[in-house]
Amino acid sequence: MRRRGRLTSRLAWNAVGLAVTVVLVFPVYWMISTAFKSEDEVNGNPTWLPLHPTLDHFRDAIARPFFWDGIRNSVIVVSVTVALSLVLAFLAAIALAKFRFTGRKLFIVLVIGIQMLPAAGLIIPLYIVLARYGQVNSLTGLIVTYMTFVLPFSVWTLRGFLIGIPKELEEAAMVDGSSRLGAFVRILLPLVAPGLVATSVFAFITAWNEFIFAYVLLNDQSKQTATVWLSYFYGTSRHVDWGGLMAGSTLIAVPVVVFFLLVQRKIAFGLTAGAVKA
Amino acid sequence: MASSAVGIAPGSRRRRRRLTWSRVARGSTPYLLIAPVVVVTGAILGYPIYKLVTLSLQRYGLEELIQRKGTWIGLDNFSSVLQDPIFWHTLGRTAVFTIANVGLTMVIGTLLALLLVRVSRFVRILLTAGLVLVWSMPAVVAVQVWYWMTNFHNGVLNHLLTQARVGDFFQHDWYGSPLSQLSMATTLIVWAGIPFVVISVYAGLAQVPGELLEAAAIDGARPWRTFADVTFPILKPVLLILTSLSIIWDFSVFTQPFLLIGRSHIEAANYLMGIYLYTEAYANSDFGRGAAISLLMVLTVAGMSVFYVRQMLRIGDVR
Repeated sequence: MRRRGRLTSRLAWNAVGLAVTVVLVFPVYWMISTAFKSEDEVNGNPTWLPLHPTLDHFRDAIARPFFWDGIRNSVIVVSVTVALSLVLAFLAAIALAKFRFTGRKLFIVLVIGIQMLPAAGLIIPLYIVLARYGQVNSLTGLIVTYMTFVLPFSVWTLRGFLIGIPKELEEAAMVDGSSRLGAFVRILLPLVAPGLVATSVFAFITAWNEFIFAYVLLNDQSKQTATVWLSYFYGTSRHVDWGGLMAGSTLIAVPVVVFFLLVQRKIAFGLTAGAVKA
Repeated sequence: MASSAVGIAPGSRRRRRRLTWSRVARGSTPYLLIAPVVVVTGAILGYPIYKLVTLSLQRYGLEELIQRKGTWIGLDNFSSVLQDPIFWHTLGRTAVFTIANVGLTMVIGTLLALLLVRVSRFVRILLTAGLVLVWSMPAVVAVQVWYWMTNFHNGVLNHLLTQARVGDFFQHDWYGSPLSQLSMATTLIVWAGIPFVVISVYAGLAQVPGELLEAAAIDGARPWRTFADVTFPILKPVLLILTSLSIIWDFSVFTQPFLLIGRSHIEAANYLMGIYLYTEAYANSDFGRGAAISLLMVLTVAGMSVFYVRQMLRIGDVR
């Protein structure tokens, strides 16, 4: 009797869980399915599945002006930002995770505090300063701006990964006779590699998704990033190309979603799994 | 805490000297390591923050932007902002908006985390995958999807609500009033914010000892009491951090309301702080006044972050 009660309640919870999943995922599903629907299906009464799937909307979205400019600019800005930030942040993260020093607390406060600064609040002085150095409407100016939030975030995340590495492993290597640098290269680096990958992908996602700085700092359409391109999609015309808009949205979301799924797994079991068990 | 390879017993004299030398080297190493980050962040952020303060004390419009020189006017920008009813209305609206968003995100997020514990493995994987998918959606993309789903002409929301006989939503305009516009922004922000809360709280739930829950069940405690007396106290630090983070984020939110309401429909009646200062600075080309609003906003957020930073420091110290 009691077991049956437990079974029904488990079934009820499962039903709730499935319903929640459907509601949560629906907008994403709707985006993708609209992107594949024919023009008639998009504008008529909603159908659940694309009955006449077509790639036309994707072709239209890609053919729109400045699509490739947006993608190219995003790729440049994001990869330079992430590469520079990661190198600098990794060094600082080692200092935070493996050393005790005066001013450490102040540095932590700065690292966390800077991330809390509202982007909207800093956009005006950044704009004025970049304007003075002729860096408005330039990708360099945007890269520099992005580093202000990618850097502290990366320092903090990498520090978390470095702390996760048992100190004993490092010490054991040193007792074995390796120098600190040797211990670092042979023990620490391979262990923290998944952390580096995860952090850079997270940084990639944040920078790729960023909107307000790119929107304000880049005026020229050929200089815009992918998210700004998408935000101008429906423009001012009365008729909105919904199918094309959803195809464009899908294209911009795909790299992020793919990367995100990859990182999720890395974070789950990449960390110290191999080293600790062995 | 300190890296302690020094712990090896000092043996010969030679060894001791070497240790002292390495101690000096080690003393400066952390500073060398953090130097690049400090220099770069200081250069990129320090000057603009200084600039923000000076701008707020100047008249700085388009003319001044071209001449690169403002006129000092003391605290005039601040007094004009603080005397502006629009500022106070915006502040109040943003506060209510933030409370609604954070409240909904936290409650729904925590409930879903508790649900995640109760479902079977298969449903849990499915739901987690869904959450990760939602989490990864770029804000600008999510706005477009929302815009399409809630479109009055052929949006799926009106269609579904009418079919489910909730009422007649044929060509219902979801962006007809400021309240309605901001509510749509709330649905979007809550939807996008839930995954982070669920996954963090779920991780926190793993720290609740199973024996305690069993003991409570054997004692005949009702689920609500078990949650209030056993689960909640353990979750409290996580919930506090998540709440303060969400408050900080939602208070200064810009992208979603700005794009969802639409550039041409932004007006004083639906301003939020981020949008208000943007409009003051760029649409009205008054950077001095915009800077004054920015500074007020940065200080408000900084005040709210103090709590969060202290929580994080505590965690940073324990480890």
